[in-house]
Amino acid sequence: MADTTAPLPAAAKRRRPMADLKKQPGFNQIAWGCIFILYAPIIVLIAFSFNDNRSVVLWTEFSFRWYVEAFGNEGIRKATIVSLEVAAVATVFSTIFATMAALATTRTQPFKGQTLAYAIINQPLMIPEIVTAVSTLAFFSLIKQLTGVNGIGYLMLAHTVFCIPFAYMPIRARLEDMNLTMEQAAADLYAPPLQVFRRVTLPLLMPGIVAGAMLAFVVSLDDVIITLLVAGPGETTLPIYILGQIRRGITPEINAVSTLLLGLSIAFVTLFFLLGRRRK
Amino acid sequence: MPVEPSATAGAGKTASSRTMISVDRVTKSFGSGNHLVTALDDVSVKIRENEFFTLLGPSGCGKTTLLRLIAGFELPTSGQILLDGEEIGHLPPYKRPVNTVFQNYALFPHMTVAQNIGFGLEMQGKPKADVDKTVQKMLAMVRMEHLAGRRTDQLSGGQQQRVALARALAPHPKVLLLDEPLSALDLKLRKEMQIELKRLQSETGITFVFVTHDQEEALTMSDRIAVMDTGHILQVGDPKEIYDRPARRFVADFIGDINILNAEMTAVKGDVGEVKLASGATITARLSSASVQPGSVSIAIRPENVGLCGVEDAARTAIGTIENAVYFGSGTNTHIALDGGGTIVARNSGETGAPGERVGVILPDRHLQVLID
Repeated sequence: MADTTAPLPAAAKRRRPMADLKKQPGFNQIAWGCIFILYAPIIVLIAFSFNDNRSVVLWTEFSFRWYVEAFGNEGIRKATIVSLEVAAVATVFSTIFATMAALATTRTQPFKGQTLAYAIINQPLMIPEIVTAVSTLAFFSLIKQLTGVNGIGYLMLAHTVFCIPFAYMPIRARLEDMNLTMEQAAADLYAPPLQVFRRVTLPLLMPGIVAGAMLAFVVSLDDVIITLLVAGPGETTLPIYILGQIRRGITPEINAVSTLLLGLSIAFVTLFFLLGRRRK
Repeated sequence: MPVEPSATAGAGKTASSRTMISVDRVTKSFGSGNHLVTALDDVSVKIRENEFFTLLGPSGCGKTTLLRLIAGFELPTSGQILLDGEEIGHLPPYKRPVNTVFQNYALFPHMTVAQNIGFGLEMQGKPKADVDKTVQKMLAMVRMEHLAGRRTDQLSGGQQQRVALARALAPHPKVLLLDEPLSALDLKLRKEMQIELKRLQSETGITFVFVTHDQEEALTMSDRIAVMDTGHILQVGDPKEIYDRPARRFVADFIGDINILNAEMTAVKGDVGEVKLASGATITARLSSASVQPGSVSIAIRPENVGLCGVEDAARTAIGTIENAVYFGSGTNTHIALDGGGTIVARNSGETGAPGERVGVILPDRHLQVLID
């Protein structure tokens, strides 16, 4: 120990001017500029959702008027219910499939094509969403024509599919972090495979599963492109409704709904972050 | 192998002679083709009921693989493992009456101390009242009653170690496997746990199979030791036998300090050989194996068994010049360059000479051993 302490201060001294990016000229300005461009629109949106005026440029008075109107609006209410229904179904199923996929890619003997399986599971993240949307639309039209079956199930199925990779990532990360000896210890203590899963793997995996589910929920709630193409009549989700309203000009009512949606997303992402931190 | 009257150092119950585990010609390979690694190569060993048996060797010698084969985490490529007379080599871990204490303890973080200890019993389907009773008994045995309700991540390293022990002992397995369980503890705690382990072993009467790379730990705790290297068991014996009568050069080198001299064996008489040293002196040394043939051999002697005397003393075996003397508290190591080649270290607690001084060296026959490589 003693002989390694001597050269350290010198090395640290040499490194310091390089490492301290904050001292570079213009660093602060650029950083603040980026933060401003990112968040100023959102702040404006939130502010004007509380404006007691139809205008989105003139501030008159603070009020909850637009929130009240939004809650009273039949279209918004219906769209919200559709959104929540689709997101709930998509979350449950995509999380189950993602958990199974994560177990299959981490808790089995390495198999041929494992990397390929991993790539296929994650592929939806890399394919442009419009491509997925168009192909899903065509595919579903074909099925509808062949079977004559219609309904919201198609939208739920589409959401389930594109949510899988989002749910898969945190679950797989958690499984990779988890020490295999924990499961071996359970097997050593007379637990057959199913009991090992139920009593040890699943409880330890829970934070990952919850994180995956929340991510899937937010992604489903948010989706526009695929929903726009796949959704049938009467299957308008909240983002699609907002989009439709905006075509007729921005109203503070939309600001209010957007603010609520933002609040929900922030709540979920925060929870996701906290859960992720607790496992460390 | 020469057998000395048993000097088993085990306190408490002595090991019976009944075989508990019989590892019969087991080979274990990993990978395939060019990447084939043979971790265990045709290994056979018998572990007796009720003994503290240690697998000792450097990392990569196969000791942990052997332990994992007994536990059931690996399956043998070939060979048999018998537990109490029954073939268990291909049973899954949960069907073997064997429990393991893992190197990193592997305690369940989502359960309390008491739940951890009760897990094995619960899985065996024991009634809840019995589980609770045994858990209480186990908590008392490792002196952790006051922490029964704690989460395991709130415990210190030593406490986690005790919980891991209690958890593995609670189902009263036929064999307890310990995979370097003390390596994560600091020196003082390690010494305490060594004593604790010995106590638990004699209190429970369970066969302990202990894996370590620490030769001192092995000598202190074991009834018998198997020294392993590169997938082979080189020697099995009680600590005294392993220390005093190493059969092979690797064992001699690995355990404690030892002098190894090159010499010429001229004749074999029973279990001793007549050996001509480089200095010209002829001595008799014990043979470590009947397979040692006359010719060029290595002979070994521990530094503490090397005597020093005057150059003219009739008892001397060889003569040499002191190179240096290193004082280490309880004694001095004197390094001597022997006339005719080779150096030797003598360890004693008394006076020793100064560098450059000429001394006589005494190599008592009863401490000399002819090694096979």
